[in-house]
Amino acid sequence: MADKLQFDLVAPEQRLFSGKVEMVVVPGTEGDFGVLPDHAPFMSTIRPGAISVHDENSVTRTFIYGGFAEVTPDGLTILAEEAIALADVDATQIEKKLGEAREDLKDSSEEAEQADAQERIDKYESLLAALAN
Amino acid sequence: MASLKELKNRITSVNSTKKITKAMQMVAAAKLRRAQEAAELARPYAEKMNAVVANLSNSMTGPDAPRMLIGTGKSERYLLVVATADRGLCGGFNTNIVRRARERISELLREGKSVEIITVGKKGYEQLKRLYADKIVERIELRDVKKIDSATAGRIGTSIRTRFEAGEFDVCQIISAEFVNVMTQKPQTQTIIPAREAIDDSVPRPDLKGALYEYEPDEESILEALLPRYVDTVILSSLLENAAGEMGARMAAMDSATRNAGELIDKLNLEYNRTRQAKITTELIEIIAGAEAV
Repeated sequence: MADKLQFDLVAPEQRLFSGKVEMVVVPGTEGDFGVLPDHAPFMSTIRPGAISVHDENSVTRTFIYGGFAEVTPDGLTILAEEAIALADVDATQIEKKLGEAREDLKDSSEEAEQADAQERIDKYESLLAALAN
Repeated sequence: MASLKELKNRITSVNSTKKITKAMQMVAAAKLRRAQEAAELARPYAEKMNAVVANLSNSMTGPDAPRMLIGTGKSERYLLVVATADRGLCGGFNTNIVRRARERISELLREGKSVEIITVGKKGYEQLKRLYADKIVERIELRDVKKIDSATAGRIGTSIRTRFEAGEFDVCQIISAEFVNVMTQKPQTQTIIPAREAIDDSVPRPDLKGALYEYEPDEESILEALLPRYVDTVILSSLLENAAGEMGARMAAMDSATRNAGELIDKLNLEYNRTRQAKITTELIEIIAGAEAV
């Protein structure tokens, strides 16, 4: 392939990736989509899930907890609210945290705490789902 | 003239003050580096966010655009977020921000607008409550926050958005310090809501080569999800810049305090030696005069 796609992955507290890749598959709210070089201008929200970065016959997967993707002629930019490299994730630990969050949900009586616990459950569940794939 | 003992005591006390200011300066220098790094790391996200919102807002001009973007169409009620540090001993850092806030408030009041204030940081609250205690609607302290992150900014952002949705204000501005360099922090006023006025137009727009954007889901939903994040991002970057500025100001203030203490010690030492010599001379003269008298 002659051209490569400029891909930027940024989270609020840091830039996670910036460089040229062959293809990125993004979990959009209305379905996954792959972005190749010279993609038409496009913008989408992202559902929690893993993005796959394809380059040089290898695939790197990063878990994204919601955010936005913007495709311009300059390349693809993902504004992630939170991003975790799937290679760094330990499934058993996440399951433990998921269990803790479920406990918290049961134990807490305040609405704010419950919402917080529910949010954590959703996050860990989608993270585990992304791991399973 | 002070006695020898008094002088000695003063020298010791100035010396320990010097040690403290020196330590504070070094702590501030270390924290400054970390704060600067954090501010650096957050910049790409803020820039991209700005570019994306700028892009989107261009295509949203109709009356259906979200109110957070175009505002309520009025500018009668202002909500000012005054972000200062939680601690003092950092030169004119807090005072400069508060002064800018006071100027802005009296300017708005002169124009007949109503003003409400949210203070972030303890020092800003302490200095503003004397004049505008009735206007402060909320105060947020960051003392317990170890690291300023998107959750911190999110808390402030949520409070602002709730007030906006409840129709409590038309325009929201944040007053904080711009981190020019380690020695210089400039107070600045940024508009958060309506977001359109906040968008930095200097960011280059990508050339679409005539193509049209496609949105998934539709533009309104994206913008609705994006704007709150945008507000948080603006707050986060101001807070991070503030934190770096505070450390820079403290470092400079403590540096000059250490230097002052050094100069003072030199002066006191000179005086101490002079007094000591004068005392010896007087004693000698007394002994000689006594011997002659015999």
